[in-house]
Amino acid sequence: MISRILIYASLIVLAVIFLLPLWVLIITSLKDLDEIYAGGIMDLPQNPSLQAWARAWGTVCVGLNCTGLKAFYANTFMMAIPSVFLSTFFGAILGYILIKWRFKNSELVFGLILFGAFMPFQAILIPVSQTLSYMGVRDPVLSLIIIHTTYGIPFTTLFFRNYYVTFPDELVNAALIDGAGFFRIFFKILLPVSTPIIVVAVIFQFTGIWNDFLFGVSFASGKDVPVTVALNNIVNVTTGRKQYDLDMAAAVLAALPTLLVYIVAGKYFLRGLTAGSVKG
Amino acid sequence: MAQLVIDNITKAFGAVEVLTDISLQIGDGEFLVLVGPSGCGKSTLLNLIAGLESITSGELLIGESVVNDLSPKNRDIAMVFQSYALYPSMTVRQNITFGMDVRGVPKVEQREKVQEVADLLQIGQLLNRRPAQLSGGQRQRVAIGRALVRDPKLFLFDEPLSNLDAKLRVEMRTEIKQLHQRLGTTIVYVTHDQIEAMTLATKIAVMNGGVIQQFGTPQDIYDNPTNVFVAEFIGSPPMNIFPGKVCSDGNSAEIQTKKSGNVVLELDRCEARDMIAPGQEILVGVRPEAFSNQAPLGAEGNVQTVDLIIDVVEPTGPDDLVIIELGGKEVVARLEPQSCAPETVSTLLIDKTKLALFDADTERNLLQS
Ligand SMILES: Nc1ncnc2c1ncn2[C@@H]1O[C@H](COP(=O)(O)OP(=O)(O)OP(=O)(O)O)[C@@H](O)[C@H]1O
Ligand SMILES: [Mg+2]
Repeated sequence: MISRILIYASLIVLAVIFLLPLWVLIITSLKDLDEIYAGGIMDLPQNPSLQAWARAWGTVCVGLNCTGLKAFYANTFMMAIPSVFLSTFFGAILGYILIKWRFKNSELVFGLILFGAFMPFQAILIPVSQTLSYMGVRDPVLSLIIIHTTYGIPFTTLFFRNYYVTFPDELVNAALIDGAGFFRIFFKILLPVSTPIIVVAVIFQFTGIWNDFLFGVSFASGKDVPVTVALNNIVNVTTGRKQYDLDMAAAVLAALPTLLVYIVAGKYFLRGLTAGSVKG
Repeated sequence: MAQLVIDNITKAFGAVEVLTDISLQIGDGEFLVLVGPSGCGKSTLLNLIAGLESITSGELLIGESVVNDLSPKNRDIAMVFQSYALYPSMTVRQNITFGMDVRGVPKVEQREKVQEVADLLQIGQLLNRRPAQLSGGQRQRVAIGRALVRDPKLFLFDEPLSNLDAKLRVEMRTEIKQLHQRLGTTIVYVTHDQIEAMTLATKIAVMNGGVIQQFGTPQDIYDNPTNVFVAEFIGSPPMNIFPGKVCSDGNSAEIQTKKSGNVVLELDRCEARDMIAPGQEILVGVRPEAFSNQAPLGAEGNVQTVDLIIDVVEPTGPDDLVIIELGGKEVVARLEPQSCAPETVSTLLIDKTKLALFDADTERNLLQS
C-alpha cells in the first residue's frame, strides 16, 4: 500500500514537472501583453482571450508574408505526408527483403543501411545539397521529400525488419508453394498483419519530419518554409516589445499535430514498439 | 501418378553438411514416412523435395522428370506445415482459395472445390472464421484442406500432428490414413513419433545425423533393424539391447547379470547364428513381446526358459511391463497382467527366433555385415 502511494506520488510529481512548460505556454498565450510583463509567470490570466491564437494562425507576418502560420502548415503537410508514406513503404519492402529473401551478405547490407540512422544531419548538409543540384532538383518541397524519405528509410527498415523477424518463415513458404510471388506475398500476407509496426513507423516519421528545422531552413526559404522555420521567424524577428502571447500561441500551434498524433495513436505506438519482442 | 526418386542427395548449409548421400525411391500412391530424432534433417529433406531449399548435389525426380531446378510452384506439390502456416489475415475460405486465385482457377470451380474439401474434412461451418478463432485440430484440418484443393502429384506433411494433444493426435492420424486410402496420392510425411511412422507408412526411412539408417516397410524395419539405433528407435517400448559373449560352442551367448547369475541364451534358432564365432563380444536384441511367462510362445524347439529376478512391474492394463536386468541394462518384457511380482524369481520364456544380434563395435546387425 505504502509503495503504491509512493509510486503514484512520484509519477504525479514527474508528470507535473513535464507538463509545466506546456501549462506555462498555454496560460501565457491567453494573457495580454501588459499582464505578461506585469505579473508572475505562473499567474492565471485575468481576462483570458484567444486573440493571440487568432493572430498566430491567421494574420501574423512571417517575413514578408502576413498570412499567419496556416500557410506554413500547408507547406509542412505537403512535404511530410509523401515523405512519411514513402519512407514507411520503402522501409517495409526493405525489411521484408532483408528477412524473408535473405541473400549473400544481406546482414552486411542491413548494417550499412543502419549506418544511415547514426549519421549526424549536419555532416551531410553539403553533400545533400550538391546531390540535389546534380539531380536538378530545385523545388523546395520536392527536395525536402527526397531528403526526409532517404533519411527515414534506415529507421523504418530497422522497424520493419525487426518486426518481420517474428513472422514465421513457414507462411512465406506456404505462399511460395501456393504459387505467390514477391509482391503478392508482401501485399497479401505480410502487410495485412503489419498494422502495429506501420503505426510506429508513421508516428516516428511524422513527428521527426514535422519537427525538422535544419533541413527546412537549409533547403527552403520565404513562403516555402515549413512551419518550424516559420515559428522561428515569428519568434526571432520582432521589433519593439517581445510579443510573448503571440510566440506562445504560435509555438503550441506548431506542435499541435504531433501532440495530437501521440494522443490519438500513442497506445498503438507503445503496443507496436513491444510487438516484436513478445511473440503472439 | 507420381513416383518419387531421391538419388544420392546431399545438402550443406555453408560448410555444414546436414544431409549426406540420401537415396530412396517410392512408387505411385505410397506413403513414405521420414522418422528420426530432432535435428536429423527430416524437415530439410522435405524442404528439398518441396523446392524451398536448393539441393547441393544429387538428383530429385517427381514423376518422371528431374525437378532439381524447378521452383516450388511448378513442382505440383502441396504441403502441410508443422505450424499449419495458415495466413492470419485471411478467413478459412480465403486460405483455401489463395493458391487457386494465384493460379487463376475460375471462381465457380473454386467454390466447388472448397465445398468438396469442406465436406470431406467437416469444416463447412468454419469457412468464414479466421485462423485465430480455430482450435488446433480445426486448424490442422484447414491446412490439409488447403493442400487438398490442389490435387497435387505429391503431398508433403511436416509433423502435422505434433502440436495436438494425445487424443486428437490419434484421431487425426486415423483421418490422415483414411484420406490416403481414399485419394491414393503419394505422400511424404515427417514425424519424430515412431508410432505415427509405423501406423501410417507403407515405407519408412529412419534417419539419424543426416543419414538414412534404414529404408523399408514398417514390418521389415520392426523385424530386422539394421543397427542398434533403428532397433532402439522403433517400437514402444523399443527393442532391448544388452551385451553378451558367444560361448565356446558358438551356438549360445553368456549374459552377465547382477542378481540372477550368468544367463545363457541359446542362439541356435537365431537367423544370424552363422555369423558368430566363439568368444565374440556381441549385442543381443530382444523385443519386449518376445518374452512370456505363459506357455506356449511358439513351437517347442523355438523357446527357451530362463529364471530371472524381477525388478519392477509396471501395469499398463492389457499387459504388464516387467523390468529385469540383463548385461547391466534394463530390459523390458511384456507379460500377462498380474503374472509376477517384483523382487521374486520368475521363469521367463524367450522366443529364440526373435533374437537379433549386433556387432559390439559397429552396432550393425550381424545379418547385414
Ligand atoms: N538454414 C539453416 N542453416 C544452417 N543450418 C540449418 C538450417 N536449417 C537447418 N539447419 C540444421 O540442419 C539440421 C537439420 O535440421 P532439420 O530442421 O531438418 O531437422 P529436423 O529433423 O526437421 O528436426 P525437428 O524434428 O526438430 O524438426 C539441424 O542441425 C539444423 O540445425
Ligand atoms: Mg523439422
